[in-house]
Amino acid sequence: MTRTDLGMPAFPPAAPFPPGATFPPGATSQAFPAFPEAAKEAVRDDVLRANLRRATHTIRDKRARAVTELADWDRLRAAGKAVKDHTLRHLDHYLLQLEAAVTAAGGTVHWAADAEEANRIVTALVLATGEREVVKVKSMATQETGLNEALEAAGIAAYETDLAELIVQLGHDRPSHILVPAIHRNRDEIRDIFRTEMAGWGRPAPEDLGDDPRELAEAARLHLREKFLRAKVAVSGANFMVAETGTMVVLESEGNGRMCLTLPDTLISVVGIEKVVPTFRDLEIFLQTLPRSSTAERMNPYTTMWTGTADGDGPSAFHLVLLDNGRTDTLADETGRQALRCIRCSACLNVCPVYERAGGHAYGSVYPGPIGAILSPQLRGTGSDIDATLPYASTLCGACYEVCPVAIDIPEVLVHLRERVAQGGPVTRAGIRVRLRPAHGHTAERAAMRAARLLLDRPGALRTAERLLARARRLRPRRLPGPGRAWTDTRTLPDLPAEPFRDWWLRERGTRP
Amino acid sequence: MRVALFVTCVNDALYPRTGIAVVRLLERLGVDVDFPAAQSCCGQPQYNTGYRREAEPLLRRTAEAFAGYDHVVTPSGSCAAMVRAHYPRIARLAAREGRGSGLEKLAEDLVPRVHELTEFLVDVLGVTDVGAYYPHTVTYHPSCHGLRTLGLGERPRRLLAAVKGLELVELPGADECCGFGGTFAVKNPDVSAAMAADKTAAARATGAEVLCGADNSCLAHLDGTLRRAGVPLRTLHLAEILASTEEDPLR
Repeated sequence: MTRTDLGMPAFPPAAPFPPGATFPPGATSQAFPAFPEAAKEAVRDDVLRANLRRATHTIRDKRARAVTELADWDRLRAAGKAVKDHTLRHLDHYLLQLEAAVTAAGGTVHWAADAEEANRIVTALVLATGEREVVKVKSMATQETGLNEALEAAGIAAYETDLAELIVQLGHDRPSHILVPAIHRNRDEIRDIFRTEMAGWGRPAPEDLGDDPRELAEAARLHLREKFLRAKVAVSGANFMVAETGTMVVLESEGNGRMCLTLPDTLISVVGIEKVVPTFRDLEIFLQTLPRSSTAERMNPYTTMWTGTADGDGPSAFHLVLLDNGRTDTLADETGRQALRCIRCSACLNVCPVYERAGGHAYGSVYPGPIGAILSPQLRGTGSDIDATLPYASTLCGACYEVCPVAIDIPEVLVHLRERVAQGGPVTRAGIRVRLRPAHGHTAERAAMRAARLLLDRPGALRTAERLLARARRLRPRRLPGPGRAWTDTRTLPDLPAEPFRDWWLRERGTRP
Repeated sequence: MRVALFVTCVNDALYPRTGIAVVRLLERLGVDVDFPAAQSCCGQPQYNTGYRREAEPLLRRTAEAFAGYDHVVTPSGSCAAMVRAHYPRIARLAAREGRGSGLEKLAEDLVPRVHELTEFLVDVLGVTDVGAYYPHTVTYHPSCHGLRTLGLGERPRRLLAAVKGLELVELPGADECCGFGGTFAVKNPDVSAAMAADKTAAARATGAEVLCGADNSCLAHLDGTLRRAGVPLRTLHLAEILASTEEDPLR
């Protein structure tokens, strides 16, 4: 193969930010519309609905089969939950143990309190190598911090090497799924993106590129290979960090991760502090539950583990950036902390009927779906429109809880966060316990809930109200005013009965009301 | 055996025929059923919308209304799930927040006695053939809280399958939520309507005459969607089908 130096690719301008479409990582959530508005757009997009339906149903069914195969699935799930809960309970201890182990193995550990600090650390580390480009392994933590944008601002090009992340990056797009960031795209769209965009970033796509998945993958493979062979610096996240040994673990399907984690001279991993597990043996649980829950595979194709650095083998410099960014505050909340057990498998997204219809972008975060609806309002707070509406982006159907491999009771946390939004309450921000005021816009609802409770707590008054309702049955309107309009826009009101049940009982069975 | 009917506020005010069906069905099976009039609402709308403290007086009212009964039977998986899955948490938090342990005792006493209708029939009475007659094609939508929180499993479908004359057809994607979700239906109307459209389309494609469910709030949402779209598919609560007999058929 002849090597052609294509020079430094020009950076495409950052995607504009159309309200209601996508959410740039690192950008303030203040600018994003509330969930119902963002979802409205997606619901009307027939192509998106069809793409999402096909993709989520396929993986949902495959996951169910992969999980049913294991007779001890329930015990694995309980064990995963127990290990994570134990680790979170003693997180300070295990993080210090991890730091000591990584350092002893030749790595350097950095602590980042928030996204900005993490980005600053990584940018400085890259600049210190003298390089101006990095290859990236798919990483939620760096999406969360908006690292690519921070690197770009410092004149460093970051190349995503995961196929779906590549599609997203080339398409000036944002991820809409944790595991399958381009789930909202179909083959035709991907072919068009490759054809028009690849040349601007490196090796162009073949001119006659079709939409056959094999052809698309081959074009990506050739495009990425020159990046792998040239890169001196890689940036990754990690699925797990083993405290006792200082070992990092990355699970992937494509082999791009293995290339990035082994070929460059310098490896920088940005990892959320909740990703630590105490012992190597704990991996026996998660290496079974994660692949089956995420890609519905018995075993993922590539599992890369490394411990610090090794002479003449792999990167000669390893930096671990431990990211907090709201996690310690989340840990302080008794109900909400279970969200930190998450191993980012995406099973909850794939079964969620709301995600299936609203799409990932509507969640205004790199963490969409049910887990995003409980994670974002905790990591970022409930101050913005999107974060204050995410806890309500669920019917509480419980499908997410049922499939979660670490048994996060997502509906319970959603209800807990609804309470925080509607009523205010204690919350920890930057390590300080404060009392939140109720979010704006809930005054009428609060009054209505109180009035309903007062009525429902007085059966005499309730009976009178029911009789009035029955008497007004002929007035049944086609459209209700106020919030009721949202019901009658698509639904006819039920026929009102001639009398409430309690009156029938009184008449027919005659016991005293 | 003292059995109380927990009819639920939605059925009391909007679907008395479901409550009447439960009474007739249980009486036909030899159960002496009572309706304690002090009952009202379980507090689920308040709790699920984020007003946990507003649910506390309703927990107290519900527990006190049903004190002393051996069994409390309700034709709603969602309300049964509210009591069984969430009353203990509400009571525990009330105690921790300094409002005393009274609710904990009430919840502890009530929770094991509350049964969703199909649980009561299959588990307590031990019947699946309740002697019903309903000569129609029926498809069944298992509402989420009954399906996942209570784990009703095959109970409703076994009861329906035993109904004389009834042809039960499977609903594709039955375990998917219908999109009601309480206040979700008005807070996220577009997604809710999209889910209802998919659910009703699936039900319609079965060719069934009746879409049966065991939660009238979900059925109100689906029925309203069907009627607005002018689709001639009838929605019916399971209890009404089980109450129907050859002597006194449901029309």
